[in-house]
Amino acid sequence: MSGTLVDARGLHCPLPVIRLAAAAKGLPAGTELTVLSTDPAAKLDVPAWCRMRGHEHVSTVEHTGDRDGWAVTVRLA
Amino acid sequence: MSHATPGTPSRVHLDNGGRAPWHPLARQAFEQALGDGWADPRRLHAEGRRAARLLDGAREAVAAVLGARTQEVHFTPGHTASLQTAVASAAAGRRRAGSTVVTSAVERAAVLQAAAYTAAAAGAHPAGVTEPAARPGGPVPVDRLGRVDADAMIAAIRAPGVALAALQHANGEVGTVQPVEVVHDAARAAGVPLLVDAGASVGHVAVPGAWDLLAADPADWGGPAGVGVLAVRQRVRTASAGPEDEDPWAPGGVSVPLAFAAAVALQAVEADRVEQAARRRALVDRVRAQVSHIPDVEVVGDPEGRLPHVATFSFLYVDGEALVTELDRHGFAVGSGSACTSSTLEPSHVLAAMGVLTHGNVRIALDRATTADEIDRFCAVLPGAVARVREMLGVGGL
Repeated sequence: MSGTLVDARGLHCPLPVIRLAAAAKGLPAGTELTVLSTDPAAKLDVPAWCRMRGHEHVSTVEHTGDRDGWAVTVRLA
Repeated sequence: MSHATPGTPSRVHLDNGGRAPWHPLARQAFEQALGDGWADPRRLHAEGRRAARLLDGAREAVAAVLGARTQEVHFTPGHTASLQTAVASAAAGRRRAGSTVVTSAVERAAVLQAAAYTAAAAGAHPAGVTEPAARPGGPVPVDRLGRVDADAMIAAIRAPGVALAALQHANGEVGTVQPVEVVHDAARAAGVPLLVDAGASVGHVAVPGAWDLLAADPADWGGPAGVGVLAVRQRVRTASAGPEDEDPWAPGGVSVPLAFAAAVALQAVEADRVEQAARRRALVDRVRAQVSHIPDVEVVGDPEGRLPHVATFSFLYVDGEALVTELDRHGFAVGSGSACTSSTLEPSHVLAAMGVLTHGNVRIALDRATTADEIDRFCAVLPGAVARVREMLGVGGL
């Protein structure tokens, strides 16, 4: 895993997906990116973005406690 | 057009789901009933009896459209109250069988909340409908088009401890029609009553016969808000879930003028329903085709098995609130299921359950008065509105 991290915590839809797309621009196929988000819409919309762009949704992990939110990992096509 | 005044375009209201303008005959009926039906229909004097006759006539007219007996039709304080009372009283009538209310994941929030409440009150499951599809024993999932997994729903209905099942006739947010017949057959065989929420469909498509309890929404078909319709087959065992009242379906009684106007509106929209459905279906098909040419859009809901007047789509990299505002500025009123347009900042549970894009969502529901010209103007304005909102977010090239 390349470990590329996009911190979109505190941002509302559609900004987490836009930040992820901007970070993904120009990266080679197979790169994995993880977006951190506190917006409940992001955990739904990142997989939808993957579907529309042909990328692969790898995992969604929910964080609780002092780091509330979700870490959604994708693999670029 | 020669009569159009430049600079003052007329408003085009395309957000008619659950709150359509009154049908002209409903206004007339309301006026008449204010004169003849203002009195309390439960009182025995001439004025009361006259109001009671109007109310009886209204029930009879609604029953004829719903394929129900007159005594099976009840007026309620509104559609949400219909759904809450239906779940509570049908579940209470079967409390010996269990307390589980099986629902699809795309039922109205009122149904999901009532189901959770019923289960929590019986100590069976925790209340709350967050993550509805993910919880085992929770609402039954739907596919990408929004149609419930009928096999999973039937399996859930056959499980022990089920008091009631609830499946909408059609989804008002995305238009997808549900397989109520096959689910009703299975529910009947299992001895479980089925509540059908037909709040988005009655007045627009033929009323299904496959129900044990049926809720319909006058405000959606061009009747008044503030009154609901709930039909309960005589064979269904119900029990009062609240304090005693002469009218358990509408404690204190309903407004006779509202009920009468609702019934007259329903008769009026039924009279040319087939023509209206064909006309609006053609317009919705035109919208869906035109919208699909806008870059990065998901046109949502079943392309075939759908309501004739509802269209929904989500635009990638678009802020739903900004798009609704931009369209409003250009004279078009539309709805949205995006999180940023809701008071809770949660996206529509319907879009979430379908797994479609929830941001940049626009939903339109055509009124009977919506014209082809208005739809053409909407289709002409939408691509520019989407582009402007995307420009504001600087998403070019993504």
